[in-house]
Order: sequence, then structure tokens, then C-alpha cells
Amino acid sequence: MAKSLWVRSSAVSLLILVVLLSVWHLAALPEKSSGAPAGMSDEYAAMMGMGAAAAPKAGMPGPADIAVTVWEKLSDPFYDNGPNDKGIGIQLGFSLARVLAGFFLAAAVAIPLGFVIGMSPVMRGALDPFIQVMKPISPLAWMPLALYTIKDSSLSAIFVIFICSLWPMLINTAHGVASVKREWLNVALTLEVSPLRKAFQVILPAAAPTILTGMRISMGIAWLVIVAAEMLVGGTGIGYFVWNEWNNLSLNNVIFAILSIGVVGMVLDLMFGWVSRLVAYRE
Amino acid sequence: MNNAFLKIESLAKVFPSMRGGEPLTVFENIHFQIAKGEFVCIIGHSGCGKSSILNVLAGLDEATRGSVIMDEREVSGPSLDRGVVFQSHALMPWLTVMQNIVFAVKSRWPEYSREQWKGQAQKYIDLVHLTGAEDKKPAELSGGMKQRVGIARAFAIQPKMLLMDEPFGALDALTRGVIQDELVSICAETHQTVFMITHDVDEAILLADKIVLMTNGPHAKIAEIVVNTLPRDRSRHDVHKHPHYYRIRNHLVDFLVTRSKEFRNNVPADYDPKHPPHVRPGLEPDTDVLPDQDARVRHLHQPAMPVAA
Repeated sequence: MAKSLWVRSSAVSLLILVVLLSVWHLAALPEKSSGAPAGMSDEYAAMMGMGAAAAPKAGMPGPADIAVTVWEKLSDPFYDNGPNDKGIGIQLGFSLARVLAGFFLAAAVAIPLGFVIGMSPVMRGALDPFIQVMKPISPLAWMPLALYTIKDSSLSAIFVIFICSLWPMLINTAHGVASVKREWLNVALTLEVSPLRKAFQVILPAAAPTILTGMRISMGIAWLVIVAAEMLVGGTGIGYFVWNEWNNLSLNNVIFAILSIGVVGMVLDLMFGWVSRLVAYRE
Repeated sequence: MNNAFLKIESLAKVFPSMRGGEPLTVFENIHFQIAKGEFVCIIGHSGCGKSSILNVLAGLDEATRGSVIMDEREVSGPSLDRGVVFQSHALMPWLTVMQNIVFAVKSRWPEYSREQWKGQAQKYIDLVHLTGAEDKKPAELSGGMKQRVGIARAFAIQPKMLLMDEPFGALDALTRGVIQDELVSICAETHQTVFMITHDVDEAILLADKIVLMTNGPHAKIAEIVVNTLPRDRSRHDVHKHPHYYRIRNHLVDFLVTRSKEFRNNVPADYDPKHPPHVRPGLEPDTDVLPDQDARVRHLHQPAMPVAA
């Protein structure tokens, strides 16, 4: 039954894909009436970019063009021909390195701090106003301050990732720790469990699913933000690649970059989903 | 009584007033004692503070007044000397049965080796007949099995005293009966001192040596302490055949139905909260034998005494 469900939904997925690709293909077909308007000499038309030769090159690339680009790019992902021409693997690598650095820095701050907030109502009350004000700030708004104080574009991007990853992890950890069942804490109390053992063997496993949810949300946001951050700071990374290819008017490469951002984001999310299952428990 | 192992003296719990109202006294002037190896049940309606008393004994809650002395030492805060079986079993769902019990054993004897922890845990898993389920997670167990793990965990640390807060409240009658029998035999084997809250009159008669009757709250008190005069090797199958059984049962039901709420208005002249009267209804002759014996028996065979929630 479960298998037939999987088969059926896969079939529908495939169908949707075929429909989307066909629509894209048809929409991107070069216009047939590529000739110059009546009364215009061929030479003038060519000069104006409306000549027969110019038409197929301009406009939206179709799925077949993209497939060729994907094949070309993926067959040599790590080439490096100077600052403006690097393989997709290198660009994604730069972005991933920044995201992971900012994300794990944020985790190192948010999870212990979330423990403190979750366990102490006083700290919760004390830090709540700060969190409430800082949370809705777009991480990119920090960029000028980061650039001014850090004076390094790559580190500034990491800082922006740090800031945007912080809040979901902090809030989820605090919530998870605060809502650990009273009865489990009572068990620890009656067994005279030391505070450190209680934190690591009772509260941490009890709150782990909630903490992981926070980490997963943070990672999703970080991967969204890195593209915009790299467009701003430039230099390297997938965000810079998208902007650079837009300046080159290479829509093929832009579309290819969009697809790779989606695939990497999905893989990151799947990895967190897998870790979540490891720490999940059923009551 | 000199052999008192646990002494509770003038215990009271008062909740501070809400928005200028009167402070709420849940119970006051609670005095009673438990001897070593004794099984004591406490019965009373919801709101009389039974759970509060148990939590004070466990060290999870503080009394407003009064003291608890166990083994000549004042109880303050939780301790491994007092094992608790929680009503909701309180197993950690991310640990297996074995790990849940080892967690407790490890707390009690941190100096033991891994093998010793496991050996001690295994002994109590076998005792509650859960052999074979060691590697199951609580979610894979039935309600009765979960509570068995809870009981094994409490016994495994070999506490001086065991506290049970309606351990069988959430179980169906059949499972409850089986675990009650197991509890009787474990207690007989280990000579465990037990204090248990129950709502079930039959359970109290089966398990308890003494049954503490509490009046309704607020200002709940101990009305009297019923001494169970049935022989100690009771079993669920024939306990009701003993002539004392229905006398004690009638006495308890009568108390829950009427006297628990009327006690406040007609306190006996010689009532002294410091020495609540010990009564032995099992030894009293039947005074009010109904002419229709069958009807009476039918009435008494109704399932566990329903108590207003």
C-alpha cells in the first residue's frame, strides 16, 4: 500500500515536471517572425539587433539550453580561471563554508544561552526584550555595521549568517528546555542527579527534537540569506556568481545557479531531517 | 510508638491568598507514623492534599508547617532514601527499559561498574516480570508494562521507603490486579516500607497494613487510621472470602461516601489530631446485617468504589 502510494505520487511528480518543462520550452521558443518590420532594410535591422541572426540568441533560454549548460558546468565544477570565472563547485564551496561557519558559531552561542533562558525564568524575562527587538531585524541590515567594524567582506558575510541563524536556535532551545516535562525533572530530583548530569542526560535529550527543529529553521534561513549577502559583498560564492552572470547577461548561468541553490538547500534540509530522526522519541 | 520509622508531625500546607482572599489551608494538623516494613495507604477525596503529603515526603514540595522525620533525621529535599513511583510512570521515552533503570541505579551507586549497574537493573526487571523487554522503548510498552518499569526503577535503588502516587490509577482493572499481586509478593520479599495513595478501596485492603482516612479539604485532617486485621499473606483471589473483608470495606466506603464530608461538622468529642484513633472494623461484629444477604453481596460486588474527581 505504502509502496503503491509512492509509485503513484512519483508518477504525478513526473507528469508535473514534463508539463512544466513543455510549457517552459514552448514559452522560450524564438519568435518565428524574426524578420525585420516591413520597410526596414536588412542591414538596418541587423544594426538594431532585430536581424534574423540576432533573434535566437536573445530571450529566455529553453530547457534544452539549460541542460547543455548544466552538463558543461557539472563536468568541470572546480576550474579556476581568475576572480570572475570559477567552477560552480568552488562557488558553492565558498558559500557553504560561510554558512557553516556562521551557523556553527551561532549554535555555539544560541544553544548554551537557550539552556540558560529555558531554565531560569529570571533570565528569560531579562533577555526577552532584547530578543524581541533583535529578531525582526533583517540580517542584511547589519551588513554596513559589520563591514565598518570587521573591515573584511567575507567575515562580514559570516557575521550576517551568524546573526540570522541565532534567533530560531535560541528561541527553540529556550522553549524546548523550558517545556521539559516536570515529571522527568522530578525523577532526576528524587534520584539526586547532579546538575551537570541532569543537563546532559535529562534536559538535553528531552529538548533535542525542539533544538534540532530550531537548527533546521536556522540553516534554511542561512542558506536564503547567504545568496543576498554575497550579492552585496561580492568576490566569491554562489550569490556573487548569480549577480556576476546577470551582469554578463548570461541567463543560462543564472538559471543554472538558481537550480544549484535549490538542490544544495534541499540536501542541507534532508541532512537535518535525518539527524532529527536520530534524536526523536515517541512518548 | 517507639518503632516509628517515619514520623509526620503537625504537617500543614497553606497556599497564600489570591488577590486579597483568605489563604487556602489544604490540610493541617497531620500526625501519623509508619513503622519499618509497614505498608500504609492513604485514602481521601480529591483535594484533600494526599498528593501534597506524598510530595512533601518525597522532598519535591515543602510543607508550610510541621516536620517529617525519617530514620531519626529530618526530611528536607529529595533523597535516594525515598524512591518514588509516579502516577504517570515518568519514564524517559528516549531510553530503553534497561537504560531507564540503569539511570536510577547509576545515581544510587555511581562507583559500580557497568556490569554491576546492569546486573542490579536486570534483577529488578526480572522481579516485575519484564524479562525480554529490556531493550524496548517505553512507547513500545503497554500501560501496565510501563508502570512495572516505574516500580522496578523505584525498587532497584533499594530505598528505605517507597512512595507511590496512585500507581495503578491509569490502568485497566485486569492489569491492575496482576501488578497488585506482584507488588504484594515483592513487598513480602523485600520488607519494603511503603506509603501509597489510592482511590481504590479494594486495593487498599489488599495491600495496606494500615489505611489512613483523610477528611475532605480544605482543612483536611486524618479522621482515623484503619488497621487491616486480615492476615498479611493476602491474595486478590481469596481476600474477599475472609470474614473481616466486608466489614473493613463497608467501613471505608461508608467513610468515603458520608463521613469524609460530615466529619468537620461533628468531630467526636475525644478526637485528638495528634493521635488519630486507630480502628479495627474487621474485629467488630456485624451490627447491621441486612435481611436480604444476596442483595447486599451484589451491592458490594460492584467494581471499585467510584470517587468524585
